[in-house]
Amino acid sequence: MYHPTVARLTYRGLLGRRRALILFALPALLLAISVAVRLLTGADDQTAANVLGGFALATMVPLIGVIAGTGAIGPEIDDGSVVYLLSKPVKRTSIILTKLTVAAGVSVAFSAVPTLIAGFLLNGNSRQIAVAYAVAAAVASVAYSAIFLLLGTVTRHAVVASLVYALVWESLFGSLIPGARTLSVQQWALSLAQRIAGEGAVDAEVGLPLALTLLVAVTVAATAFAAHKLRSLTLGGEE
Amino acid sequence: MSTIRIDNVSRWFGNVVAVNDVSMTVGPGVTGLLGPNGAGKSTLINMMGGFLAPSAGTVTLDGETIWRNEGIYRHIGIVPEREAMYDFLTGRDFVRANAELHGLGDREAQRALATVEMEYAQDRRIDTYSKGMRQRVKMASALVHEPSVLLLDEPFNGMDPRQRMQLMDLLRTMGAEGRTVLFSSHILEEVEQLAAHIEVVVAGRHAASGDFRKIRRLMTDRPHRYVVRSGDDRALAAALIADPSTSGIEVDVREGVLRVEAADFGRFTELLPRVARAHGIRLLTVSPSDESLESVFSYLVTA
Repeated sequence: MYHPTVARLTYRGLLGRRRALILFALPALLLAISVAVRLLTGADDQTAANVLGGFALATMVPLIGVIAGTGAIGPEIDDGSVVYLLSKPVKRTSIILTKLTVAAGVSVAFSAVPTLIAGFLLNGNSRQIAVAYAVAAAVASVAYSAIFLLLGTVTRHAVVASLVYALVWESLFGSLIPGARTLSVQQWALSLAQRIAGEGAVDAEVGLPLALTLLVAVTVAATAFAAHKLRSLTLGGEE
Repeated sequence: MSTIRIDNVSRWFGNVVAVNDVSMTVGPGVTGLLGPNGAGKSTLINMMGGFLAPSAGTVTLDGETIWRNEGIYRHIGIVPEREAMYDFLTGRDFVRANAELHGLGDREAQRALATVEMEYAQDRRIDTYSKGMRQRVKMASALVHEPSVLLLDEPFNGMDPRQRMQLMDLLRTMGAEGRTVLFSSHILEEVEQLAAHIEVVVAGRHAASGDFRKIRRLMTDRPHRYVVRSGDDRALAAALIADPSTSGIEVDVREGVLRVEAADFGRFTELLPRVARAHGIRLLTVSPSDESLESVFSYLVTA
């Protein structure tokens, strides 16, 4: 189900474009903030949780998910070069699963790994806060990649749609409407972080069983739907 | 030997009908799909290539439905019109990736690159290629699995005359080998040089089908209209109408021009300068008034 050629084309396309600069800029910013915070305030668990929860998980992870998820397929569909992938006897499910693997891999590398390092910089992983947020970031990365890959497959305005979802739904509505928080990748990932971290270090709105179920369901459903859409992708509606 | 059948196919986009109840069979050899811009050629090719579902009717390859059937690409090679093609790769990497997606390897990629004579630039990135070079690498990517059907959308666009001749030779060879080669074009002369069999589409309808020479005769036998300005329009009109190649003439006093209808295109084009010289009349302008492809095609539709 994993096609190495599709993977090679995807990651070269992902890392070769200008928007890939954001992939490097955001983690660099997180690390810079962490160093500055540590130097200014010393090691403090609450501050560490605030930086990792407020910036890493709430902002950096979804943004990197947008870039990796939509970038894994959107530009190819936009410029039409996807025709070279699709005019081959390769299962569409296999194309989508491979692209998801690459997008998730890139997201984890550029968000979960820096989150872990930032956690160690902030408080030396006291009360497992660094590991908890890194695991949450990794799990959220996979779910975001699946959602944004789907958006990249169904709409030409995938980046805008993804940003609206990530920033408006997850951040704005999530903080205003309690119900919206239940339907938020960030909250599901937080519930996992809550389990890993020491007592009272992380607050989550959703129970772990529900969170895990929703994470898996959303990832699987988004991937299946993306494969379905790719099977009936039409090109050349210009005439 | 493969045959594409299009049966009563229509395709509409919203309210716009791009292809209207077209039926045609494309068999082995080179077939030209001819029609003015916007006639529905790309829509037809996209349906034959499995990138567009017909709104009505069926498109099949040897009885197998093409739409949503990825296995069909073992037999089909596609050369799209659009330029984009993983520009960050070298030509060699691009063709090799296409080979790998067919389950093939470097040997087949190299052979395809040699076929289109692109080995000399295979290690350069595609974004440094000229349009003609891109076109040839696209060809190599479509040929890598030696398909029995090759679909090319406006393949000669942007090619210089030498590259055009090379590609024509290649397509002729492939047709002679018994492959089904279909290419679209809006340029009569391209089709004339390459395809014995043509399918003409105009405004989404199938206007003509068959032997090129017969269709070409239909096109050239139609009355040709010219607008002529000369030193002495009346004297020229009198001299021209005496010859049977001129079927009608009007002296348009208001515009100060002659409107000539020629029944025999070849004879008239020789006659006009000869007659003018013999009568000492100066020809100021001679312009065909209906030479645009659209008018040629619309003539075909009514013929």
